[in-house]
Amino acid sequence: MSFPWAKHYTPTHPFMQWMDEKLPLPRLVYNSVGSGYPVPRNLNYFWNFGFLAMACLMLQIVTGIVLAMHYAANQAVAFTSVEHIMRDVNWGWMLRYAHANGASAFFVVIYIHIFRGLFYGSYKAPREMVWLLGVVIFLLMMATAFMGYVLPWGQMSFWGAKVITGLFGAFPVVGEGIQQWLLGGFAPDNAALNRFFSLHYLLPFVIVGVVVLHIWALHIPGSNNPTGVEVKSESDTVPFFPYYIAKDGWFIGAAALVYCVFVFFMPNALGHPDNYIPANSMSTPALIVPEWYFWPFYAILRAFTSDFFIIPAKLMGVLAMFSAILVWFFLPWLDRSPVRSSAYRPLYRKFFWFGLIPAVLLLGYCGGAHAAEPYLMLSQIGAFYYFAHFLIILPIVSAIERPDPLPFSITEAVLGSDDNALLGTAEGSPHDTPAPAA
Amino acid sequence: MARIISILVGLFFTVALLWSFGNGAYLAITEPAPATAEEEFHKHPKDVSFASDGPFGKFDRQQLQRGFQVYKEVCSACHSLRLVAFRDLQALGYSEPEVKAIAAGFQVPGIDPVTGEDALRPGMPTDYFPKPFANDVAARAANNNAIPPDLSLMTKARHDGSRYVYSLLTGYQAQPAELLKEFPDAKTPAGLHYNPYFANLNLAMAPPLSGEGQVSYEDGTKPTVDQMAKDIAAFLTWTAEPKLEKRKQTGWPVIGFLLFATVLGYMSYRTIWADKKKKKKV
Repeated sequence: MSFPWAKHYTPTHPFMQWMDEKLPLPRLVYNSVGSGYPVPRNLNYFWNFGFLAMACLMLQIVTGIVLAMHYAANQAVAFTSVEHIMRDVNWGWMLRYAHANGASAFFVVIYIHIFRGLFYGSYKAPREMVWLLGVVIFLLMMATAFMGYVLPWGQMSFWGAKVITGLFGAFPVVGEGIQQWLLGGFAPDNAALNRFFSLHYLLPFVIVGVVVLHIWALHIPGSNNPTGVEVKSESDTVPFFPYYIAKDGWFIGAAALVYCVFVFFMPNALGHPDNYIPANSMSTPALIVPEWYFWPFYAILRAFTSDFFIIPAKLMGVLAMFSAILVWFFLPWLDRSPVRSSAYRPLYRKFFWFGLIPAVLLLGYCGGAHAAEPYLMLSQIGAFYYFAHFLIILPIVSAIERPDPLPFSITEAVLGSDDNALLGTAEGSPHDTPAPAA
Repeated sequence: MARIISILVGLFFTVALLWSFGNGAYLAITEPAPATAEEEFHKHPKDVSFASDGPFGKFDRQQLQRGFQVYKEVCSACHSLRLVAFRDLQALGYSEPEVKAIAAGFQVPGIDPVTGEDALRPGMPTDYFPKPFANDVAARAANNNAIPPDLSLMTKARHDGSRYVYSLLTGYQAQPAELLKEFPDAKTPAGLHYNPYFANLNLAMAPPLSGEGQVSYEDGTKPTVDQMAKDIAAFLTWTAEPKLEKRKQTGWPVIGFLLFATVLGYMSYRTIWADKKKKKKV
């Protein structure tokens, strides 16, 4: 793993030498996030979001563990125990708001991270495994966030749990059995609340495990970069420490500022007021919506309003919602363009900025609205483009597109010339190639 | 092969969506959804400001005490406040003996110390506000089949909560003639009351603040309906978020520290990267 010019770990202090023989943990750190890990020198700020995601995960685990010390996963007292945290536990209000807004922050960060990967082709060979593990992490995150939202046992918790588990009921024959098995009953109840709490505590640690695999898989080819051109020589890279530690370090401060504005000054802006009403199985809220980060998928679910041949509308919606994420697993094989970065893909870039991004934003907007016109027709337009983009446009575009000329190397892209690369000058490397659009 | 399968799957979903879209569009044209009275006559809360608004917001303690008085003398007849304990009232500026006296003025459920049977006893600071009805059935029976909701979290459980409470309390009015003309079926049923700030326009609660002087404020504030509505909305903002002031006061030093640390971090980032950046052409 890593490049031949990576610095080697040579402990000088006798204790560190002793440690290196017994348990080479400092060596692992040095080689993975220290001076021993060379990283492309031209990463832009979109590459900071992996580190930020890790920070969010840690934040959620730490605040979550302390919240669990005060929370009671019992139908009769869950809602009141959350209010006990808000009112009587020392700094409980801060922990809970940090955790609730931390979930939103985590999803903001992860969506930027995912779309960074989509734009710069980070899912392509040789990084397919990094991408696949990333999709697994995203699925685990969705399950964790969904179950976490059920725990306060407010109206939206209860009805959200009912709607989402009800989706499994759409499958023929086995659906109803699966739904009852998931809930441990016919409707969300104490059994469901208890198991959701148990799993909500477990899954973050599963995520940590998959994140370790994700980073491990990343460190074999090394990071992609905005040009998508692979690292060729030492001048293309800088050591992770101190260069990217410094960049991630200040950027995490900037991100924390935005996050703290939410936590301290508008902590309920991203939540739904109905979740401050205790769960009541006898009273259906006027509008059942999940948290904002599920809105695009929720809109896809509701976009299928008509039965399609023998397939009922509800089942179509469920299939489409799951497929909307599962399609990401196949991206490395659907996009056959050898050029990774969309900065050099003039045609695909247009579909990305003027198709995919507006479609996802439109779906997000419709997912939070009432299931009525015009939102249904708008979600149908958004979902139409979403599926067309990944399953039809992407494979065709990657076959017919004529990409722009790539820079010879990362160094050339950054400095305008690559004096180290003799091959480049010998062949008359295109020094006049314009610098890539950021 | 992968791409052919992909395009077929893509066609499956997109054609199904077109089918749904076509059906939806056809229905929207042939049978447009009828307008509803709620859509046309429901109003968003009035624009009114509170001392606790904004990043520097603080509670007006005098106002909270007035609001508490309105709760005690008016609202508590039907609405519980189950998440608030008497001891919490010290945050409104009451002294410990005053809190003890307030608590003692409420009868809370307890047991008879001799027989052990259920009995009422005077409240203590550690007690929570007692419920006005023993259970939901009793609450329904006394309120025309509607359960008066608990008020502890009311301002967080509605969109734009504090303004909503104020608007609802001051928003009772006769049903507009245009509404009845346009939607004859939407006439407010007997026993309900028209209020455009309520989601479905008709609510079971009769106007609780009926006229000036319903309570008499000790601090000399004139108890108009508007004033009482503002005070109770402010009080319920406190009951829903007693740590609001602490939260905002904590926020500023946190933001200040982060700004300082981020600027330091940015400067060290610039220093570390100085030799790797593209040199500017002279």
